[in-house]
Amino acid sequence: MSNLKAKDINETITWKEITLGCSVFEGGSAELVNTGDWRTIKPVIDMEKCKQCMLCVPVCPDMSIPVEEDGRRGEFNLFFCKGCGICAKVCPFDAITMIKDEK
Amino acid sequence: MSYNLKEELKKEERFTGGHRMCAGCGSPIAVRTVLRALNPEDKAVVCSATSCLEVSSFMYPFTAWKDSFIHNAFENAGATISGVETAYKALKKRGKIDDTYKFIAFGGDGGTYDIGFQSLSGAMERGHDMVYVCYDNEAYMNTGIQRSSSTPHFADTTTSPVGAVIPGKLQKKKDLTKIMVAHNVPYVAQTTFMGNFKDISEKAHKAIYTPGAAFLNVMAPCPRGWRYETEELMTITKLAVDTCVWPLYEVIDGKYFLSYKPKTKLPVEDYLKAQGRFSHMLKPGNEWMVEKMQEEVNRHWIDLLVLCGEK
Ligand code: SF4
Ligand code: SF4
Repeated sequence: MSNLKAKDINETITWKEITLGCSVFEGGSAELVNTGDWRTIKPVIDMEKCKQCMLCVPVCPDMSIPVEEDGRRGEFNLFFCKGCGICAKVCPFDAITMIKDEK
Repeated sequence: MSYNLKEELKKEERFTGGHRMCAGCGSPIAVRTVLRALNPEDKAVVCSATSCLEVSSFMYPFTAWKDSFIHNAFENAGATISGVETAYKALKKRGKIDDTYKFIAFGGDGGTYDIGFQSLSGAMERGHDMVYVCYDNEAYMNTGIQRSSSTPHFADTTTSPVGAVIPGKLQKKKDLTKIMVAHNVPYVAQTTFMGNFKDISEKAHKAIYTPGAAFLNVMAPCPRGWRYETEELMTITKLAVDTCVWPLYEVIDGKYFLSYKPKTKLPVEDYLKAQGRFSHMLKPGNEWMVEKMQEEVNRHWIDLLVLCGEK
Protein backbone atom coordinates (compact mmCIF):
# COMPACT_ATOMS: atom_id res chain seq x y z
CA MET A 1 0.00 0.00 0.00
CA SER A 2 1.35 3.38 -0.96
CA ASN A 3 1.73 6.07 1.65
CA LEU A 4 3.09 8.72 -0.66
CA LYS A 5 3.14 12.26 0.60
CA ALA A 6 1.26 15.10 -1.10
CA LYS A 7 4.44 16.58 -2.55
CA ASP A 8 5.02 13.37 -4.52
CA ILE A 9 1.46 12.92 -5.75
CA ASN A 10 1.00 14.70 -9.06
CA GLU A 11 -0.09 14.17 -12.68
CA THR A 12 2.95 12.03 -13.49
CA ILE A 13 2.23 9.09 -11.14
CA THR A 14 -0.09 6.20 -11.98
CA TRP A 15 -3.18 4.94 -10.19
CA LYS A 16 -1.09 2.15 -8.67
CA GLU A 17 0.96 4.69 -6.76
CA ILE A 18 -1.79 6.77 -5.25
CA THR A 19 -2.80 6.06 -1.67
CA LEU A 20 -5.46 3.45 -0.98
CA GLY A 21 -8.93 4.99 -0.90
CA CYS A 22 -7.26 8.34 -1.59
CA SER A 23 -6.44 8.71 2.09
CA VAL A 24 -4.11 11.54 3.05
CA PHE A 25 -1.48 10.52 5.60
CA GLU A 26 -0.23 13.93 6.69
CA GLY A 27 -2.07 16.87 8.26
CA GLY A 28 -1.91 20.33 6.72
CA SER A 29 -0.57 19.31 3.29
CA ALA A 30 -2.55 22.20 1.75
CA GLU A 31 0.36 24.36 2.88
CA LEU A 32 2.02 23.35 -0.40
CA VAL A 33 -0.70 25.13 -2.37
CA ASN A 34 -0.07 28.68 -3.53
CA THR A 35 -3.33 30.59 -3.34
CA GLY A 36 -1.51 33.92 -3.39
CA ASP A 37 -1.66 33.96 -7.18
CA TRP A 38 -5.44 34.52 -7.03
CA ARG A 39 -4.79 38.01 -5.70
CA THR A 40 -5.16 41.28 -7.62
CA ILE A 41 -4.58 43.59 -4.66
CA LYS A 42 -2.32 42.99 -1.68
CA PRO A 43 -2.04 44.25 1.88
CA VAL A 44 0.99 46.25 3.00
CA ILE A 45 1.67 47.07 6.61
CA ASP A 46 3.19 50.20 8.03
CA MET A 47 4.93 48.87 11.15
CA GLU A 48 5.33 52.43 12.45
CA LYS A 49 1.56 52.74 12.70
CA CYS A 50 0.90 49.20 13.92
CA LYS A 51 0.15 49.08 17.65
CA GLN A 52 0.17 45.26 17.82
CA CYS A 53 -3.47 45.17 18.92
CA MET A 54 -3.76 41.89 16.97
CA LEU A 55 -7.32 42.54 15.80
CA CYS A 56 -6.33 41.81 12.19
CA VAL A 57 -5.02 38.30 12.95
CA PRO A 58 -8.21 36.30 13.70
CA VAL A 59 -10.21 37.84 10.83
CA CYS A 60 -7.97 36.48 8.07
CA PRO A 61 -9.65 33.60 6.22
CA ASP A 62 -6.29 32.45 4.84
CA MET A 63 -4.07 32.29 7.90
CA SER A 64 -1.84 34.89 6.25
CA ILE A 65 -0.97 36.99 9.28
CA PRO A 66 1.54 34.94 11.25
CA VAL A 67 2.11 35.42 14.97
CA GLU A 68 5.77 35.45 15.94
CA GLU A 69 7.30 33.69 18.95
CA ASP A 70 7.12 36.90 21.00
CA GLY A 71 3.38 37.14 20.32
CA ARG A 72 3.62 40.02 17.83
CA ARG A 73 2.12 39.94 14.36
CA GLY A 74 4.59 39.36 11.57
CA GLU A 75 4.76 40.23 7.88
CA PHE A 76 1.95 39.01 5.62
CA ASN A 77 2.29 35.52 4.17
CA LEU A 78 1.69 36.37 0.53
CA PHE A 79 1.91 32.72 -0.51
CA PHE A 80 -1.63 32.25 0.85
CA CYS A 81 -3.12 35.77 1.05
CA LYS A 82 -5.97 36.19 -1.46
CA GLY A 83 -6.19 39.96 -1.05
CA CYS A 84 -9.69 40.09 0.47
CA GLY A 85 -8.91 43.26 2.43
CA ILE A 86 -10.72 42.25 5.64
CA CYS A 87 -7.57 42.87 7.70
CA ALA A 88 -7.10 46.37 6.27
CA LYS A 89 -10.72 47.24 7.02
CA VAL A 90 -10.59 46.13 10.68
CA CYS A 91 -7.28 47.75 11.62
CA PRO A 92 -8.22 50.57 14.01
CA PHE A 93 -4.95 52.42 13.30
CA ASP A 94 -5.01 52.38 9.49
CA ALA A 95 -1.72 50.50 9.48
CA ILE A 96 -2.74 48.28 6.54
CA THR A 97 -3.26 49.56 3.00
CA MET A 98 -4.41 47.52 0.02
CA ILE A 99 -2.41 48.23 -3.12
CA LYS A 100 -2.44 46.88 -6.65
CA ASP A 101 -0.41 43.67 -6.83
CA GLU A 102 2.08 43.91 -9.69
CA LYS A 103 3.42 40.50 -10.60
CA MET B 1 -9.42 32.21 33.02
CA SER B 2 -10.45 35.44 31.38
CA TYR B 3 -10.21 35.75 27.63
CA ASN B 4 -7.08 37.30 26.16
CA LEU B 5 -6.80 37.59 22.38
CA LYS B 6 -3.00 37.81 22.40
CA GLU B 7 -2.69 34.62 24.46
CA GLU B 8 -5.22 32.81 22.27
CA LEU B 9 -3.32 33.72 19.12
CA LYS B 10 -0.13 32.16 20.45
CA LYS B 11 -1.69 28.72 19.98
CA GLU B 12 -0.61 26.85 16.90
CA GLU B 13 -2.97 27.16 13.92
CA ARG B 14 -4.87 23.89 13.29
CA PHE B 15 -6.31 24.89 9.90
CA THR B 16 -3.79 25.90 7.24
CA GLY B 17 -3.61 28.32 4.35
CA GLY B 18 -3.68 26.85 0.87
CA HIS B 19 -7.36 25.88 1.07
CA ARG B 20 -9.46 26.90 -1.94
CA MET B 21 -12.30 28.83 -0.29
CA CYS B 22 -13.04 32.16 -2.03
CA ALA B 23 -11.22 35.32 -0.92
CA GLY B 24 -12.98 36.83 2.08
CA CYS B 25 -15.07 33.75 2.91
CA GLY B 26 -16.45 33.56 6.44
CA SER B 27 -16.25 29.80 6.88
CA PRO B 28 -12.47 29.33 7.30
CA ILE B 29 -12.59 32.07 9.93
CA ALA B 30 -15.24 30.08 11.80
CA VAL B 31 -13.18 26.90 11.49
CA ARG B 32 -9.86 28.31 12.67
CA THR B 33 -11.55 30.03 15.58
CA VAL B 34 -13.38 26.91 16.74
CA LEU B 35 -10.22 24.80 16.44
CA ARG B 36 -8.23 27.41 18.36
CA ALA B 37 -10.62 26.83 21.26
CA LEU B 38 -9.23 23.31 21.67
CA ASN B 39 -6.64 22.92 24.41
CA PRO B 40 -3.39 22.59 22.44
CA GLU B 41 -2.54 19.24 24.05
CA ASP B 42 -5.85 17.68 22.97
CA LYS B 43 -6.30 15.96 19.65
CA ALA B 44 -9.37 16.24 17.48
CA VAL B 45 -11.26 14.26 14.90
CA VAL B 46 -13.11 16.53 12.53
CA CYS B 47 -15.86 15.52 10.18
CA SER B 48 -17.57 17.67 7.62
CA ALA B 49 -20.78 17.45 5.68
CA THR B 50 -20.43 18.09 1.95
CA SER B 51 -20.07 21.84 1.64
CA CYS B 52 -17.93 24.62 0.21
CA LEU B 53 -15.70 23.99 3.19
CA GLU B 54 -15.34 20.29 2.51
CA VAL B 55 -14.64 20.50 -1.22
CA SER B 56 -12.19 23.37 -0.78
CA SER B 57 -10.26 22.21 2.26
CA PHE B 58 -9.79 18.58 1.30
CA MET B 59 -8.78 18.21 -2.34
CA TYR B 60 -6.67 15.12 -2.72
CA PRO B 61 -3.80 15.02 -1.89
CA PHE B 62 -4.09 18.29 -0.02
CA THR B 63 -5.75 18.79 3.33
CA ALA B 64 -5.95 22.07 5.20
CA TRP B 65 -6.74 20.16 8.41
CA LYS B 66 -3.89 19.34 10.76
CA ASP B 67 -6.19 17.06 12.75
CA SER B 68 -7.78 13.85 11.49
CA PHE B 69 -10.50 14.66 9.03
CA ILE B 70 -13.30 12.57 7.56
CA HIS B 71 -15.70 13.48 4.82
CA ASN B 72 -18.56 11.09 4.34
CA ALA B 73 -21.61 12.62 2.66
CA PHE B 74 -23.96 15.57 2.74
CA GLU B 75 -26.52 13.87 4.96
CA ASN B 76 -24.50 12.10 7.60
CA ALA B 77 -21.85 14.25 9.29
CA GLY B 78 -23.77 13.83 12.56
CA ALA B 79 -23.84 10.04 12.22
CA THR B 80 -20.20 9.80 11.11
CA ILE B 81 -18.82 11.76 14.04
CA SER B 82 -21.11 9.82 16.44
CA GLY B 83 -19.60 6.55 15.20
CA VAL B 84 -16.06 7.77 15.65
CA GLU B 85 -16.81 9.06 19.13
CA THR B 86 -18.34 5.71 20.10
CA ALA B 87 -15.35 3.78 18.77
CA TYR B 88 -13.03 6.08 20.71
CA LYS B 89 -14.93 5.47 23.93
CA ALA B 90 -14.73 1.71 23.42
CA LEU B 91 -10.99 1.81 22.69
CA LYS B 92 -10.37 4.13 25.60
CA LYS B 93 -12.19 1.75 27.95
CA ARG B 94 -9.94 -1.08 26.81
CA GLY B 95 -6.87 1.04 27.36
CA LYS B 96 -5.96 1.15 23.67
CA ILE B 97 -5.85 4.97 23.39
CA ASP B 98 -4.13 7.28 25.84
CA ASP B 99 -4.59 10.67 24.23
CA THR B 100 -7.64 12.84 24.76
CA TYR B 101 -9.63 13.34 21.59
CA LYS B 102 -12.42 15.78 20.90
CA PHE B 103 -15.02 15.33 18.17
CA ILE B 104 -16.16 18.21 16.00
CA ALA B 105 -18.44 18.20 12.97
CA PHE B 106 -18.76 21.15 10.60
CA GLY B 107 -21.58 21.70 8.16
CA GLY B 108 -22.90 24.56 6.10
CA ASP B 109 -26.55 25.51 6.39
CA GLY B 110 -27.47 23.19 3.51
CA GLY B 111 -25.82 20.23 5.23
CA THR B 112 -27.22 21.18 8.62
CA TYR B 113 -30.62 22.89 8.36
CA ASP B 114 -31.69 20.68 5.43
CA ILE B 115 -29.87 17.60 4.19
CA GLY B 116 -28.00 16.49 7.31
CA PHE B 117 -30.77 17.42 9.68
CA GLN B 118 -31.94 13.94 10.65
CA SER B 119 -28.47 12.60 11.39
CA LEU B 120 -27.67 15.74 13.39
CA SER B 121 -30.90 15.35 15.34
CA GLY B 122 -30.06 11.70 16.08
CA ALA B 123 -26.54 12.50 17.21
CA MET B 124 -27.79 15.23 19.55
CA GLU B 125 -30.50 13.04 21.02
CA ARG B 126 -28.09 10.14 21.66
CA GLY B 127 -25.88 12.60 23.51
CA HIS B 128 -22.48 11.82 22.00
CA ASP B 129 -19.63 13.84 23.45
CA MET B 130 -19.25 16.05 20.41
CA VAL B 131 -19.85 19.50 18.97
CA TYR B 132 -21.69 20.17 15.76
CA VAL B 133 -20.78 23.54 14.27
CA CYS B 134 -22.98 25.00 11.58
CA TYR B 135 -21.30 27.76 9.58
CA ASP B 136 -24.42 29.45 8.37
CA ASN B 137 -24.09 31.38 5.11
CA GLU B 138 -27.78 31.15 4.35
CA ALA B 139 -27.82 29.33 1.00
CA TYR B 140 -26.22 26.52 -1.03
CA MET B 141 -23.22 28.59 -2.02
CA ASN B 142 -21.07 25.71 -3.26
CA THR B 143 -23.42 24.83 -6.10
CA GLY B 144 -24.31 28.39 -7.06
CA ILE B 145 -26.38 30.21 -4.44
CA GLN B 146 -29.56 28.15 -4.25
CA ARG B 147 -31.96 28.89 -1.40
CA SER B 148 -31.93 26.70 1.71
CA SER B 149 -34.28 26.62 4.69
CA SER B 150 -31.80 29.01 6.29
CA THR B 151 -32.07 31.65 3.55
CA PRO B 152 -33.81 34.74 4.95
CA HIS B 153 -37.21 35.95 3.81
CA PHE B 154 -37.00 38.02 0.57
CA ALA B 155 -33.35 37.15 -0.16
CA ASP B 156 -32.44 36.88 -3.84
CA THR B 157 -30.93 33.49 -4.73
CA THR B 158 -30.78 31.58 -8.02
CA THR B 159 -33.78 29.46 -6.97
CA SER B 160 -35.70 32.35 -5.42
CA PRO B 161 -34.89 34.94 -8.09
CA VAL B 162 -36.22 38.45 -7.61
CA GLY B 163 -38.40 39.63 -10.48
CA ALA B 164 -41.95 40.36 -11.54
CA VAL B 165 -43.16 36.98 -10.26
CA ILE B 166 -41.65 36.70 -6.76
CA PRO B 167 -39.94 39.18 -4.41
CA GLY B 168 -37.08 36.81 -3.54
CA LYS B 169 -37.50 33.91 -1.11
CA LEU B 170 -41.14 33.55 -0.11
CA GLN B 171 -40.55 31.64 3.12
CA LYS B 172 -38.98 32.69 6.38
CA LYS B 173 -35.66 31.48 7.78
CA LYS B 174 -35.85 28.36 9.93
CA ASP B 175 -34.76 28.92 13.53
CA LEU B 176 -32.37 25.99 13.85
CA THR B 177 -30.70 27.16 17.06
CA LYS B 178 -34.02 26.92 18.90
CA ILE B 179 -34.70 23.51 17.36
CA MET B 180 -31.37 22.35 18.76
CA VAL B 181 -32.32 23.74 22.17
CA ALA B 182 -35.43 21.57 21.96
CA HIS B 183 -33.15 18.51 21.85
CA ASN B 184 -32.40 19.10 25.53
CA VAL B 185 -28.64 19.01 25.03
CA PRO B 186 -26.41 20.64 27.65
CA TYR B 187 -25.02 23.41 25.43
CA VAL B 188 -26.33 25.37 22.45
CA ALA B 189 -25.10 28.76 21.31
CA GLN B 190 -25.48 31.24 18.50
CA THR B 191 -22.54 33.46 17.62
CA THR B 192 -20.55 35.20 14.91
CA PHE B 193 -17.31 37.19 14.49
CA MET B 194 -17.16 40.34 16.59
CA GLY B 195 -14.23 42.58 17.56
CA ASN B 196 -11.66 40.53 19.46
CA PHE B 197 -13.48 37.21 18.90
CA LYS B 198 -14.27 36.78 22.58
CA ASP B 199 -17.86 35.69 22.05
CA ILE B 200 -17.20 32.96 19.50
CA SER B 201 -13.99 31.74 21.19
CA GLU B 202 -15.56 31.33 24.60
CA LYS B 203 -18.63 29.65 23.18
CA ALA B 204 -16.53 27.25 21.13
CA HIS B 205 -14.50 26.35 24.21
CA LYS B 206 -17.63 25.69 26.25
CA ALA B 207 -19.18 23.68 23.42
CA ILE B 208 -16.08 21.48 23.11
CA TYR B 209 -15.52 20.95 26.81
CA THR B 210 -19.11 20.53 28.00
CA PRO B 211 -19.56 16.76 28.36
CA GLY B 212 -22.24 15.55 25.98
CA ALA B 213 -23.63 16.90 22.73
CA ALA B 214 -23.31 20.59 21.91
CA PHE B 215 -24.38 22.72 19.00
CA LEU B 216 -22.88 25.98 17.78
CA ASN B 217 -24.52 28.11 15.10
CA VAL B 218 -22.06 30.58 13.57
CA MET B 219 -23.14 33.21 11.06
CA ALA B 220 -20.43 33.07 8.39
CA PRO B 221 -21.09 35.60 5.60
CA CYS B 222 -20.46 34.72 1.96
CA PRO B 223 -19.40 37.73 -0.14
CA ARG B 224 -20.41 36.04 -3.43
CA GLY B 225 -23.87 34.98 -2.36
CA TRP B 226 -24.71 37.96 -0.19
CA ARG B 227 -23.28 40.40 -2.72
CA TYR B 228 -20.99 42.67 -0.76
CA GLU B 229 -17.32 43.63 -1.14
CA THR B 230 -15.04 41.05 0.52
CA GLU B 231 -13.42 43.54 2.90
CA GLU B 232 -16.80 44.29 4.52
CA LEU B 233 -17.14 40.97 6.36
CA MET B 234 -16.79 42.37 9.86
CA THR B 235 -19.13 45.27 9.06
CA ILE B 236 -21.80 42.81 7.99
CA THR B 237 -21.55 40.60 11.10
CA LYS B 238 -21.61 43.68 13.34
CA LEU B 239 -24.72 44.98 11.57
CA ALA B 240 -26.39 41.55 11.85
CA VAL B 241 -25.87 41.65 15.61
CA ASP B 242 -26.69 45.34 16.14
CA THR B 243 -29.94 45.10 14.17
CA CYS B 244 -30.83 41.91 16.13
CA VAL B 245 -31.13 39.96 12.89
CA TRP B 246 -28.59 37.51 14.41
CA PRO B 247 -28.68 37.82 18.19
CA LEU B 248 -25.87 36.33 20.25
CA TYR B 249 -26.99 34.00 23.01
CA GLU B 250 -26.32 30.67 24.66
CA VAL B 251 -28.49 28.05 26.26
CA ILE B 252 -26.93 26.05 29.08
CA ASP B 253 -28.97 23.09 30.34
CA GLY B 254 -32.09 24.66 28.89
CA LYS B 255 -31.51 28.09 30.43
CA TYR B 256 -31.20 31.03 28.02
CA PHE B 257 -28.53 33.70 28.46
CA LEU B 258 -28.23 36.77 26.28
CA SER B 259 -24.59 37.37 25.33
CA TYR B 260 -24.91 40.84 23.85
CA LYS B 261 -27.48 43.61 23.87
CA PRO B 262 -26.88 46.39 21.32
CA LYS B 263 -26.64 49.84 22.91
CA THR B 264 -28.99 51.10 20.22
CA LYS B 265 -30.89 48.51 18.22
CA LEU B 266 -30.34 49.59 14.61
CA PRO B 267 -33.09 49.49 11.98
CA VAL B 268 -33.00 46.31 9.90
CA GLU B 269 -32.60 48.50 6.82
CA ASP B 270 -28.98 49.17 7.82
CA TYR B 271 -28.24 45.46 7.50
CA LEU B 272 -30.24 45.03 4.29
CA LYS B 273 -28.68 47.92 2.42
CA ALA B 274 -25.19 46.55 2.96
CA GLN B 275 -25.95 43.50 0.77
CA GLY B 276 -26.95 43.09 -2.86
CA ARG B 277 -29.18 40.09 -2.14
CA PHE B 278 -31.64 42.48 -0.45
CA SER B 279 -31.22 45.48 -2.78
CA HIS B 280 -34.72 45.10 -4.31
CA MET B 281 -36.26 45.58 -0.86
CA LEU B 282 -35.05 49.17 -0.79
CA LYS B 283 -36.63 50.19 -4.09
CA PRO B 284 -39.67 52.49 -4.09
CA GLY B 285 -42.88 50.50 -3.77
CA ASN B 286 -41.20 47.71 -1.79
CA GLU B 287 -41.26 49.42 1.61
CA TRP B 288 -43.67 46.71 2.79
CA MET B 289 -40.87 44.14 2.56
CA VAL B 290 -38.62 46.10 4.88
CA GLU B 291 -41.53 46.67 7.27
CA LYS B 292 -42.35 42.97 7.24
CA MET B 293 -38.73 42.05 7.92
CA GLN B 294 -38.51 44.58 10.75
CA GLU B 295 -41.69 43.14 12.30
CA GLU B 296 -40.25 39.62 12.16
CA VAL B 297 -36.94 40.69 13.68
CA ASN B 298 -38.71 42.62 16.47
CA ARG B 299 -40.92 39.67 17.32
CA HIS B 300 -37.99 37.24 17.55
CA TRP B 301 -35.93 39.70 19.54
CA ILE B 302 -38.68 40.26 22.11
CA ASP B 303 -39.25 36.51 22.39
CA LEU B 304 -35.54 36.04 23.03
CA LEU B 305 -35.42 38.81 25.65
CA VAL B 306 -38.27 37.11 27.48
CA LEU B 307 -36.55 33.71 27.30
CA CYS B 308 -33.35 35.26 28.65
CA GLY B 309 -35.19 36.93 31.51
CA GLU B 310 -34.23 40.36 30.18
CA LYS B 311 -37.84 41.47 29.84
S1 SF4 C 1 -6.00 40.62 2.59
FE1 SF4 C 1 -7.36 38.97 3.36
S2 SF4 C 1 -6.21 37.09 2.96
FE2 SF4 C 1 -4.73 38.78 2.82
S3 SF4 C 1 -3.88 38.95 4.88
FE3 SF4 C 1 -5.60 40.39 4.78
S4 SF4 C 1 -7.33 39.23 5.58
FE4 SF4 C 1 -5.74 37.73 5.06
S1 SF4 D 1 -5.00 45.55 13.43
FE1 SF4 D 1 -3.56 47.11 12.74
S2 SF4 D 1 -2.58 47.86 14.61
FE2 SF4 D 1 -3.60 45.94 15.12
S3 SF4 D 1 -1.98 44.38 14.86
FE3 SF4 D 1 -3.11 44.49 12.93
S4 SF4 D 1 -1.96 45.95 11.70
FE4 SF4 D 1 -1.29 46.20 13.79
